[in-house]
Amino acid sequence: MMNSLHIDPSKCTGCLQCEMACSFENHGVFATSKSRIKVFDFHSTGRKVPYTCTQCDEAWCMHACPVGAISEDKKTGAKVVNETTCVGCKVCTIACPFGTINYVADTGKVQKCDLCAGSPACAEACPTGAITFVDANWTGLDRMRAWAEKLDTQTATA
Amino acid sequence: MSWQRKILRVDLTAGTCTPEDLNMEWAHEYLGSRGLGTKYFVEEVGAKVEPLSPANKLIFATGPLTGTMASTGGRYTVITKGPLTGAIACSNSGGYFGAELKMAGWDMVILEGKSPKPVYLHIENDTAELVDAAEIWGTSVWHTEEHLKKKHQDPLMRVSSCGRAAEQGCLYAAVVNDLHRAAGRSGVGTVMASKNLKAIAVRGTKGVATIRDPKAFMEATKAGKKVLADNAVTGQGLPAYGTQVLMNVINEIGALPTRNHRDIQFEGARDISAEAMAEKRPTDGKANLVTNQACFGCTIACGRISQLDKTHYTVVTKPQYWGASGGLEYEAAWALGAANGVNDLEALTYANFICNEDGFDPISFGATVGAVMELYQMGVLTKEQIGIEAPFGSAQALTFLAEKVALGEGFGREVAMGSKRLCEKYGHPDLSMSVKGQEFPAYDSRGIQGMGLTYATSNRGACHLRSYTVASEVLGIPIKTDPLATEGKAGLVKAFQDATAAFDSAGICIFTSFAWTLADVAPQLQAACEGDWSLENLEKVGERIWNMERMFNNAAGFTSKDDSLPKRLLTEPAKTGPAKGLVNGLDKMLPEYYQLRGWTQDGVPTNETRVRLGL
Repeated sequence: MMNSLHIDPSKCTGCLQCEMACSFENHGVFATSKSRIKVFDFHSTGRKVPYTCTQCDEAWCMHACPVGAISEDKKTGAKVVNETTCVGCKVCTIACPFGTINYVADTGKVQKCDLCAGSPACAEACPTGAITFVDANWTGLDRMRAWAEKLDTQTATA
Repeated sequence: MSWQRKILRVDLTAGTCTPEDLNMEWAHEYLGSRGLGTKYFVEEVGAKVEPLSPANKLIFATGPLTGTMASTGGRYTVITKGPLTGAIACSNSGGYFGAELKMAGWDMVILEGKSPKPVYLHIENDTAELVDAAEIWGTSVWHTEEHLKKKHQDPLMRVSSCGRAAEQGCLYAAVVNDLHRAAGRSGVGTVMASKNLKAIAVRGTKGVATIRDPKAFMEATKAGKKVLADNAVTGQGLPAYGTQVLMNVINEIGALPTRNHRDIQFEGARDISAEAMAEKRPTDGKANLVTNQACFGCTIACGRISQLDKTHYTVVTKPQYWGASGGLEYEAAWALGAANGVNDLEALTYANFICNEDGFDPISFGATVGAVMELYQMGVLTKEQIGIEAPFGSAQALTFLAEKVALGEGFGREVAMGSKRLCEKYGHPDLSMSVKGQEFPAYDSRGIQGMGLTYATSNRGACHLRSYTVASEVLGIPIKTDPLATEGKAGLVKAFQDATAAFDSAGICIFTSFAWTLADVAPQLQAACEGDWSLENLEKVGERIWNMERMFNNAAGFTSKDDSLPKRLLTEPAKTGPAKGLVNGLDKMLPEYYQLRGWTQDGVPTNETRVRLGL
């Protein structure tokens, strides 16, 4: 079964545990600035939204890369940057419609979410279930269940 | 090691920024944040210093767990000598600023002298410079943050600043970061403005890479988070209702100070409670409460985000207040509400927005308005003096005075001096509900006896955050004690004071202590830092910090006479509720407390105590 990251912004509190977990996993440091997942705080509405790569099947970044540095991890479906091959040209950052692949000045390479080889640290760290790693075919299951629960079949058949 | 081992010394007079190595010997004795910042302060500043003079210093200090994955590890403390009290002032704040400062590579910023003109401090990792602040001086906290982010084209920058109340000399002005998180009490913002320092804007991309044993740290912090999640208060009550969960509880037990402590139960408590915040308003069908919000790293998320009713009189012509912003916490809801007899939730929320926007402490402000209203009822103050009719219960008077304090206008200038100075000026010093010049928070010590001792002995003036014995006396954490009894409270207060000093110095939030004891903190610190961070040593560190603060206050001129309560609480019995007929029994607790502390009968640490604690 393939899993994908699933984000429910209504559960996000803005604690940034996900950003710290991501930077720690990938850079060995607690540094929200190095995180591949970002939480946006829309202050005037009170909404907090975690956002990261959705691992497009036909990934713009992967197709745009002139040196073939981005490839698919067949096991997880993640589009992964090979840092040895990456030349830091940033074309992928232009190609990505969502802005979720970004250049890292310190390394001269780009970085994006690689699903931590199948056990994403952000989902593990999220205290509220705003970020989960669930069956890729059924990311809507919880929402379906919530709506299903609202169906008042008792009354309808009475 | 988890400290960045670097402090930034800013000489505002000379306009210089100089990095220094952190004194690691002191770090091992005083941990960080509150403790370590205060150690630097008392070593560098004479106790007799005039708080608003250039000779006073202002220290922003993070702790070893700040900027890490430890739950609530985002806090910083602002330390100075307070203008409201003349005592050590030490206010901490959450939000994101503290973690950003740590991730920029700094444990602490020491600000000294006074800039010849308004400036702000801009920090980008190792680079720090003072920048002309002419264009933001005279503007609010909210405007300052927006302006600096735009000017530097840096939406990820974190800003901590003082508002117009501080510039105008309000003695309980706050330092506010991330729009509505504040180092709120004792006038630390007033000191900031007195130095012509408007803001600290920081961007840190280096991060915290100094964890001693990362694997053990991840395990220890994960275990800590599970304890918080499984606890009814930190796992359910606080995220759902915020600290406002207390309004009805404290009212029920007869400890909700009402109308300047004339009563201890408020008939309007429910109208300003967490439950009321969550209910749909008849006017627009929306609830006051929009959502909860966490500070950096916090897995509790007690913060409130509220939205005003656009048709409410306070904002009907002011669309700038129609968006969501920081809502009422329990202390603010009490001070702006019950303390004045005001039960208009929207008016309270608006006044709270104003406190955040221009940076002043809603507790001291609201409590001072309570004193103003009592003096008005007595005929001592008139409508002409105040600028509005101000009987108890007047939401209009509350919001009018909030606007006046924010801008330093009219009678607001007197309210901005706090209740002690105001009541003295008008000939009724006994009506100031304060200790050492700082106003009480939201617990009446006739109904919760231990809080009387807490307030009387608090090193920064009346305060609930120095030893929250409410946890034990009302909520049964860690053990239930009788709120109406004085027996055993001396030991309880001492234990809470010492433990709290250690929590505060670690860089975490004291609200974790609803679920954690120091035994939960110790393994997290031990994994993060070299040295001995056993439970036993942490308790000793906490006691050392408490005594250090006390010794500073003693040197500043405070004596055992200042460890007291207003006459009202010692002579006017509670009129209703479980505490009916009781006054606070401070005289039964204080001598035992001094004895347990190892202090003389005059409240001075004995030589033996000082030697034992290495002071």
